[in-house]
This record gives sequence, structure tokens and C-alpha cells, in this order.
Amino acid sequence: MTHTDVTTERFHLALVGAPNSGKTSLFNALTGSRQKVANYAGVTVERKAGAFVTPAGRQVTLLDLPGTYSLRGRSPDEEITRDVVLGKRPGEAAPDLVLCIADATNLRLTLRLILELKRTGRPLLVVLNMFDIAQRRGVSIDVDAMSAALGVPVITSIAVKKAGVEELRKRTDEFAANMPAVTTGDGWKPLGLSEMKVLQREADRIIRETVTMPTKPDTLTTRVDAVVLHPVAGLAILALILFVMFQAVFSWAQPLMELLSDSFGALGTLVAQVLPEGILQSFLQNGLIAGVGSVLVFLPQIIIIFLFILLLEDFGYMARAAFLMDRIMGGAGLHGRAFIPLLSSFACAIPGIMATRVIDNRRDRLTTILIAPLMTCSARIPVYTLIISAFIPAENVWGWVNLQGLVMFGLYIAGIGSALAASFVIKFFMWRDYQPAPFMLELPDYKLPRIKSIAIGVYTRAKMFLQRAGTTILSMMILIWFLASFPQAPAGAEGPAINYSLAAMIGKFLEPFFAPLGFNWQIAVALIPGMAAREVAVGALGTVYAIEGGKEAADAIGQALASKWSLATALSFLAWFIFAPQCASTLAVIRRETGSTKWMVVTFLYMFALAYVASLITYTIAKAAGLG
Amino acid sequence: MTVHQTASETSIHELRLGNAPRGFIGTIVALQPDIAGAAESGHELERHLLEMGFTEGARVEILHQGAIQRDPIAVRVDNITIAVRRREAMAVVVK
Repeated sequence: MTHTDVTTERFHLALVGAPNSGKTSLFNALTGSRQKVANYAGVTVERKAGAFVTPAGRQVTLLDLPGTYSLRGRSPDEEITRDVVLGKRPGEAAPDLVLCIADATNLRLTLRLILELKRTGRPLLVVLNMFDIAQRRGVSIDVDAMSAALGVPVITSIAVKKAGVEELRKRTDEFAANMPAVTTGDGWKPLGLSEMKVLQREADRIIRETVTMPTKPDTLTTRVDAVVLHPVAGLAILALILFVMFQAVFSWAQPLMELLSDSFGALGTLVAQVLPEGILQSFLQNGLIAGVGSVLVFLPQIIIIFLFILLLEDFGYMARAAFLMDRIMGGAGLHGRAFIPLLSSFACAIPGIMATRVIDNRRDRLTTILIAPLMTCSARIPVYTLIISAFIPAENVWGWVNLQGLVMFGLYIAGIGSALAASFVIKFFMWRDYQPAPFMLELPDYKLPRIKSIAIGVYTRAKMFLQRAGTTILSMMILIWFLASFPQAPAGAEGPAINYSLAAMIGKFLEPFFAPLGFNWQIAVALIPGMAAREVAVGALGTVYAIEGGKEAADAIGQALASKWSLATALSFLAWFIFAPQCASTLAVIRRETGSTKWMVVTFLYMFALAYVASLITYTIAKAAGLG
Repeated sequence: MTVHQTASETSIHELRLGNAPRGFIGTIVALQPDIAGAAESGHELERHLLEMGFTEGARVEILHQGAIQRDPIAVRVDNITIAVRRREAMAVVVK
């Protein structure tokens, strides 16, 4: 943006800070829900931008840059931070002011970063975040002295308190009103080792002169960690957390899902009553409302998954999970840092693959990308839920464990197990000669999550899901409805009209290929749109089985399946979806992320092969066991 | 403050953080990142360690260790906690 008129010019702020400095909380507090999440062109680094208006009415654009300890640019997201700060990122306005967020309880690394940022010549404002926690712990900071020593204005802030945020807005105004001439040198060079040491010594000197540390460190974190990071108890706790998470996804979401499904059912019935029978009514009721409804029903589950992930992240638990899993995953050739991307992949492989940007090493990153789609993403939940509730009795085993939940848990374990095995194979065949990248991760002090910040995070994710439902999924549902409805059955034809449609032709064409898996032509048809988005397979099955009505559809698909499929087919179908060739958007992200079509094709083929073999084995065994 | 650190000074104390047991408390004497088997080249590893606060004179304490081969370790470096693998911690000379 290069407006010449000063009064209407937008003011560009960039947030920089170390990981865990509370940057995102502050970003959320400043911008509220006025934020846009997208990607930087050419790379899958999340670009989070927001806007706010200062007390003087100035329009401010705020960019939340990826957290970093230095301007070294070791990973793609750290490169983004460096390039934006230096004003070298094409298509991104150079920031007028860099807000450097420092965790007031943990200044050592950030002060060095601040000194490094100062060298870029970009105007800086240091925000001492979590000042309240620091004070409570007995850390006292001479803010004015620190400001003088750094040669940069320093303010304190408490991201959750309105006053702190207001102060920040006011300071932005003051700064913008008398903006200094920016002297960003093109002569910026990465720091040498000796320069780094000099800066760290200077930072340590400033801390000695301006900060009084408490006599006692935060013992709570240490005490909690004694249990949470315990070699045995720690792993048990991690397993328990994951178990609770999946039980929650399955049981807590139920009432809300029923409410949604009832609403869509009512809407469908209303349409059926208002409109005359015919193509339009069928399109609206069976294609649009039933189709999109069958997918939207899963919004509560997606919200719960993201709620857990964001909460664990805010507590500071995610880094602990990476610590616990590092060696275990290392055995499978994975980096400890891969744990977080893989855990995000439980929600959706797309953010998971994007989160692999925290892995510096290219090969570690590629391995993680290749196996991320094996993690059970939330789009598989609809498929699992449907089949499980139709075929697995809702009994309790051992008195308290819900059998359906247990099967669900088992499916997740199967996904994880196969991902680890795949990683092992990839490493064994492709990169035998290579050493894994270093694992260095800060274990932040535990903190209570900020409710508002979590809420904004969940809201943003839910919005992304809804947008997807409104575009990809919607268009697929329309296509399925079209294929299942045309050409229409001739007058006086026997059997369901769908038998005469394009869908039936395609399905019957594919049937011989899928027959060894116990799949009939209806399943074969449903698998194709399942490529666009896995959850569409459910809606597609519904449409293909020509079941009318919304609420009835949700219950009745299950009933129809239970009466038409053998248990062996159902199990085979579940096995297929553990591996299911991932959705088109995942493939697109893989291509963009790896920068090559080759890896996209490799991923698709290996998952397709796995799915086929797994289903074949499952079906053969189940049939032999008399379940066919 | 300048830190004068010579090779002879470090060779006397050859204790490496990567070999230290859980509960070890000490001070960083030097970074000697040219270790066999590390994934990053010496300079890059040293830079990385510096970024995470492993500087000469810093107080270190091994708080926790993993289940498999006591790896990785959680190290208190001054007032923050860093998780690091023993392999990379071999670059840190402590006393």
C-alpha cells in the first residue's frame, strides 16, 4: 500500500516475539475477531493479519509474525518474520513500527532478540507482556531504566486487561504522530557468532541492571513437571489426555449434533411442504439441505477437537508432549517437533501440514508431511460415527467404557500406528544415511489459558470449516445429487430411480475393482466425492441410497446401511477410511508445501495402496470369521 | 564484561552436559559444537544453542529426562527450561 495522502494512510504494525511470549493473546486482545488468516504467497506459512482503530481514529493493520528467537531464518516461518521486518517480503508492506513482545517473566532470550531487531533500523516498541504474572512472582522491572538501556521505548501490558491494550493503542497513536525517519539499512547482515555473544552479554547486563529477580523461582511449574515429565507417569498422563479428548469428541458433541440434525430435518420438511414436487424440490431437499446438513452436523466435534488443542497449547502442555514423544517418535524416524503438527492433523491434515513449518530440517519435514494425512482427521469422524453407530452396539464394556468410543479410539490408534510404521519405512528406504535434526524446544512455564483468546481461536477455526462446507463440500454435494438424479428413470421403470443414473453407471463400472473389498457399487460411487472431502462420503451414501428427508436421513442412513451391508463390509469400509486417499485440498497443500507434484502423487498412491490392502485384509478375515 | 576462555581452561573439565546425570547442577564453561553425529554443522549448532540461552557462565540444571535412554533432557538454563537431546547437549562443556 503506497498511499500518498498521510491522513488516510494505514499504519502498519508487526508483532514480533519469541515463541510463548503471549504474542497471540495480545494479537487477539488488540484485534478481537477482526482478523484474517491466510497464507503467504508461495509458502504455507500462516499469515495472520488483523485491524484496529486507535483513539485518534487511525486505521492500523496488525500483522502477527511467526514466533522466533532470532532473525536467523532457520525455517520458512522464521524467514517470513525476518523478511517482513526487513521490508523485503514481496507484497507485504514494510512495518511502520515493530511491536516486540517480551514475556516479562522470561526476558533473557527476548532482550537479545530486541537488540538484534534494533540493528535492522526498524522503529521498535517493546511490550513487556504478562507483567502481572511477573509482579506476582516477585520480578520487579525498572521499565524506564530498561527503556534507556535498550534505547527503545518500553511499555508494560497485560494482554487480558483492557487498560493495557488501550495504552498500547494510545502509544501507537503517539508514535504515528511523530514518526521518525526510517533508516532501515540495506546493509543488514545476519549476526556472526561473536556478535551474538556480544548481544547476549549486553542483554544480560541490561537485565542485571534493571530487573530484580525473585529469590524463589516458579516452583509450581517444576513440581507439576516432576509428574508430567516423569518417564512413566508422564506418558500415562499423555495417553489419558488423548483418551479423554476422543471420548469427549464422541459423547459431548452428541446433543448439539442432534439439535443441528433436527434443524436441518425441519428445514428439509419445510421445503418439501412449500415447494411442489419435482426437480427443484429434490435438489433443495436432497441435494442441498440434506447434503450440506450431513456435513455441518460435525461442527460441534470439530470445535471440541480444536478447543482441546488450543487449551493444551495455551497451558504450555504441547511442548511437554513433544518432549515426552521425542524418543518414541525418534524410533520411527520422526522429530519430536513433529508431534504438534501430527496432533493438529487430528483436526485436519491441512493445518497439520502447515504446522510442519516448525520443523527446520527439510527431510524431517517431508516425512511428517507424508504421514500427516494418516492421522485421523475430523473429516473422518462423520464416516466413523455413521458406521460405528450403525454396526457397533452402544454397550459399556468393563462397566464404564463406551464400546463405540472404544472402537473410535481403536481407529485412532490404528491411524497413529500406521503413521509411525510409514515413517519408519520412509526413513529406512530413503534416508538411511542421515542424522535427525536437533531437538531444542523451550518448555514454557504453565499458564492459565486466556478464555477470550481461546474463544477467538476456536471461532476462527470453525469459520474456516464453515467456509469449506460452503464451497468445496457444497459443490460436491450438488455434483453428487446431479449424478444420482440424471438421467431420470424411464416411465414405468422398476426399482429406485438411482439405478438408472450416471452415478450407478460409474459405480457399476468401478464395482469389480472394489468387489474384493466387499464394496458394492453404492460405496464405489461414494468414494469418488470422498476425495474432495472425506466427510462428503457420508452425504453421498445418503443421496445414493435415495433416502429422503433430513432428520430421518441422519438416522436412516445408518439403518439402511445396517440392513444392506454385512458387518464385514462395514469393517472393511472403516479400514478403508483409516488410510483413505486424502482429500483433494490436502493433496493441493502437499504439492504447494513440498513444491513438487511428485510428492503429491507419491502420497496419493501410497495411501491408496494402503487403503486397498487394509480393506482387503479386513474383509477377507471378517468373512472367514463368518461376519460376511 | 568480557569472558576470557581458552582451550586449556576447557580441556581440564571435560564434563559435557550430554553426559551429566539428572539432578546435575553446574555452570557452562564453553560451547564446543564440533561433535560427531550432530545434525547441524558446528557453527549452526553453536548459534542454535546460543539462541536458546546456552551461554558461557549460565547456570544449568538437568531437571528431567526421557524414558528411553534417559533422552531427551529438560535443562534449566538460568531461569528458563529447554528440552534438548543429549546428542546436542554434548556440545556444552560444563563444570
